[in-house]
Amino acid sequence: MSRLEVRKTYKLYVGGAFPRSESGRTYEVHGAKGEFLANVALASRKDARDAVQAARKAFPGWSGATAYNRGQVIYRVAEMLEGRRSQFVGEVGAGEGLAARKAEAVVDASIDRLVWYAGWADKLTQVLGGANAVSGPYFDFSVPEPTGVVAIAAPQQSSLLGLVSTVAPAIASGNTVVAIASRTAPLPALTFAEVLSTSDVPGGVVNLLTGYNAETLTTLASHMDVNAIDLTGAGPLAADLEAAAADNLKRVLRATQGPEVDWTAPPGLSRLRAFVETKTVWHPIGV
Amino acid sequence: MAGKTFTYAPAPESRAVVTLEPSYGLFVDGSFVDPVDGGVFATVNPADEQVLAQVSAAGARDVDRAVSAARAAYDGVWSRMPGAERGKYLFRIARILQERSRELAVLETLDNGKPIRESRDVDVPLAAAHFFYHAGWADKLEYAGLGPNPGPVGVVGQVIPWNFPLLMLAWKVAPALACGNTVVLKPAETTPLSALVFADICRQADLPAGVVNILTGAGETGRLVVEHPGIDKVAFTGSTEVGRQIARAVAGTGKRLTLELGGKGANIVFDDAPVDQAVEGIVNGIFFNQGHVCCAGSRLLVQESVADDVVDRLKRRLTTLRLGDPLDKNTDIGAINSAEQLARVRALADAGDEEGADRWSAPCALPDRGFWFPPTVFTGVSQAHRIAREEIFGPVLSVLTFRTPEEAVEKANNTPYGLSAGVWTEKGSRILSMAARLRAGVVWANTFNRFDPASPFGGYKESGYGREGGRHGLEAYLATEASA
Amino acid sequence: MPTTVRTTATTTATTTATTTRPDVLADATTSQAALRRFLHGLPGVDQVGADARAAALATRSIKTDAKAFALDLAIRMVDLTTLEGADTPGKVRALCAKARRPDPADPSAPPVAAVCVYDDLVEVARAALGSSGVKVAAVATAFPSGRALLDVKLADTRDAVRAGADEVDMVIDRGAFLSGRYLEVLEEVRAVKQACGSVHLKVILETGELQTYDNVRRASWLAMMAGADFIKTSTGKISPAATLPVTLVMLEAVRDFRDATGRQVGVKAAGGIRAAKDALRYLVVVNETVGDDWLDPDWFRLGASSLLNDLLMQRTKLATGRYSGPDYFTLD
Repeated sequence: MSRLEVRKTYKLYVGGAFPRSESGRTYEVHGAKGEFLANVALASRKDARDAVQAARKAFPGWSGATAYNRGQVIYRVAEMLEGRRSQFVGEVGAGEGLAARKAEAVVDASIDRLVWYAGWADKLTQVLGGANAVSGPYFDFSVPEPTGVVAIAAPQQSSLLGLVSTVAPAIASGNTVVAIASRTAPLPALTFAEVLSTSDVPGGVVNLLTGYNAETLTTLASHMDVNAIDLTGAGPLAADLEAAAADNLKRVLRATQGPEVDWTAPPGLSRLRAFVETKTVWHPIGV
Repeated sequence: MAGKTFTYAPAPESRAVVTLEPSYGLFVDGSFVDPVDGGVFATVNPADEQVLAQVSAAGARDVDRAVSAARAAYDGVWSRMPGAERGKYLFRIARILQERSRELAVLETLDNGKPIRESRDVDVPLAAAHFFYHAGWADKLEYAGLGPNPGPVGVVGQVIPWNFPLLMLAWKVAPALACGNTVVLKPAETTPLSALVFADICRQADLPAGVVNILTGAGETGRLVVEHPGIDKVAFTGSTEVGRQIARAVAGTGKRLTLELGGKGANIVFDDAPVDQAVEGIVNGIFFNQGHVCCAGSRLLVQESVADDVVDRLKRRLTTLRLGDPLDKNTDIGAINSAEQLARVRALADAGDEEGADRWSAPCALPDRGFWFPPTVFTGVSQAHRIAREEIFGPVLSVLTFRTPEEAVEKANNTPYGLSAGVWTEKGSRILSMAARLRAGVVWANTFNRFDPASPFGGYKESGYGREGGRHGLEAYLATEASA
Repeated sequence: MPTTVRTTATTTATTTATTTRPDVLADATTSQAALRRFLHGLPGVDQVGADARAAALATRSIKTDAKAFALDLAIRMVDLTTLEGADTPGKVRALCAKARRPDPADPSAPPVAAVCVYDDLVEVARAALGSSGVKVAAVATAFPSGRALLDVKLADTRDAVRAGADEVDMVIDRGAFLSGRYLEVLEEVRAVKQACGSVHLKVILETGELQTYDNVRRASWLAMMAGADFIKTSTGKISPAATLPVTLVMLEAVRDFRDATGRQVGVKAAGGIRAAKDALRYLVVVNETVGDDWLDPDWFRLGASSLLNDLLMQRTKLATGRYSGPDYFTLD
């Protein structure tokens, strides 16, 4: 007789812990071939609210850490992901309907993407900031600072690489994140949450919600304590969410128009730049 | 204190350097035209309520024409032009601004009400400097850190406020043009004239027709520009409330947007501040330009142990401010820009009284005609008072106290705004720690209200997003590839 | 006959040399350590901010009757100065004649406040000035370097007083100041003040050597705490001499000192002031920093030589409408 497997309960990842949705609701997740994979929490607006609170609470510590420290933490995430490579290959393959070799390429790219962003943490200031030559006896410099709490509608199709590619740049610069995983393929995101929780990432820096729906997204888009929103995976909801985001003038990163993004392409700086504020400081030069 | 022994005689700058037309059209596709479906309205000198000129209001079809002209100029001429050539047009404009600086300064003072000393020494020189600065970027965009081949966005719609009419125009038009975009700009309803003279300067510079279009009008014209489907990018400077409306209007359209909105800047004075210069910084912070400054230091946060001394010195200093004819070279405080704005300032000042703060105003005689408000200081203000939270946009300072640096940062950051902050202390490490912790786009340490085209300016939170000036300010006007 | 226009400031000033307020700063002068703590506890001066304030005041436009008033006031505030090794009685007499009647063509031009000479020429100046009301100020204390034994400096001072000087301009020991020996500087000023008796003492800080505005503020307070009647910017022998920002800082110091102690001290800006335009800027700075109480030759002076002719030229232009030329004014 073949052994009965112990199935995993997939919960949310909020404040460094794995709570169930306070609503008690779930939804079914199926593989690309239609097979049942799991019941996954259907996050509610209260879960979103709690996630934002956790992200806000984590922000002073994370943004106040040295850039070097943040880079080390993100690198550790890459280390942990590498360690669980085969598990992710299986989950991504099943969820996205990819053959083994393709799934491997996706997981490898995700690990390498994390390594890339880990290396950015302590270089961003030099690249995005600088001294400004003003006409007067003043020392004038501009530095990038994280904007705060960033809500992310993670890509729908690219369930791991797309997720990593949207979350990592936000946290590399010191922001904290509330991300909503792909609707149809959320499992890699939740397993990724386990990677995060074992990687010295302080609780609340990244919060993952599942159960992609208008309710949760709208809560985040209109939440007055969220500073920015990434609408990459928002699909037809994007326009309304952008309008809701105007209430507190959130910084909005729109989805790119056209076909799904090629997440394997070099990311450039635009996602790093999207969630930083530029602060300019002046001081007289005198005796 | 500056008393009766040595009184300065009137020293008026002559109006003769300005030639005002009785009426002005819209500047579309390189020439002045009558509005098709807008109307006309008057622009008035706020110092004496005299009508300066009749100005056109652009209606929907006028906006159409302007956007089409801008699109044709973009497609046919401007986006194809090598950056070096674009730059040379901007250098020409900068030079002409310098040549006509006196005329522009007087005109700005007449239309806005600000003292001639400020339009002459700040507004016009900075406007010219912005064109100079951005002229040099036009052929160097690949070095701006925004990708190897950044190109323009397209046709940009720009709506600017009345507090620094020509300077705000320069902040908008110079980077837009340098990056290869064409422009439809709407100046503020109460201050259209310097933009119309700027249109003439564009003609003098032989700028190709349609590259810059100036549509005068009121809020409705602005809305038409912002919402026009032919606009690729919107830049707005003005109130937070209107900024919010624009953000909603733009949602889902794919139009790029930058906003520079209101503020309630905290000017923080510590017990070891260089006190005489701090007092100057406070005065400059809230009374420069009659307080019509988005980044004004409208809240004074003074360390409790020196609060009485600082406020006494401040009041003594305020008695030497000269309020009156904006064209007089010795005037420090000019007119409030409009009757509406004056009513707003009065209403909020009255709220200060009602909520129990203590009002003190500098003893100056207010002229009979025109819109005037004396420099005013409220002490005994708490965080909950309206005058501590709402932007007054006038010469009214709210004074609060704090005990520790921690408390100062907390109070300074406890606002939906985040445009500017000031710090006054002789201690270097404290300057840097305050600068690091203040959630504001511009932090002035031991100085205030300093601007420069090379220095990025913009807000956190509800003070807006995007930066103007410097390398950072180019980002809004470039369509960078995803890899940038 | 030249009209001597003399206004005493006693009616407007809240105090003169006699004060009914206790010396609130007495504690600070009891020891070197106490004095250092006090002076170093004064608020700092941001150089860029002070320069900016002075520059803003310099943009004031003084026209027509305000200009006429200011020019005459400036003339009345001039300490007409000759401090050269080559000075002779003849030179001093010529200077005094000019001091009494600055404009040969216009008797309405007021006489200057004082003539400033080396102490060995005081007698000559005294005789030449007679009862004109123009004062004799003598530099003393090993002017300009101040490097000599205290006895020598005091003898210098007593000489000047005996010869009939109305005012003595001393220099502080900058070496002592810059090496932090504040009490020494203070005691020296006190000693000179004592040797002066009732003669007014101006204390020259030599701000060009002090370099920082913080030092200027400290030295100002130090001199005033030691009993100075006037604080003066410079000897005029080095550059930079008087500047608008330095004078601004000193005016702030006398203002704060009066607020603290009740005693009013005057300010003299000396050296490097050549054009009437500059002189008027100094008056604007006085006006908007300390106001009416100091707008009087008893409380503010301009130490200069060639400035006077430019003041007279501007005065003539205002009166006649024509630009004048140097041939119409005496060079002495």
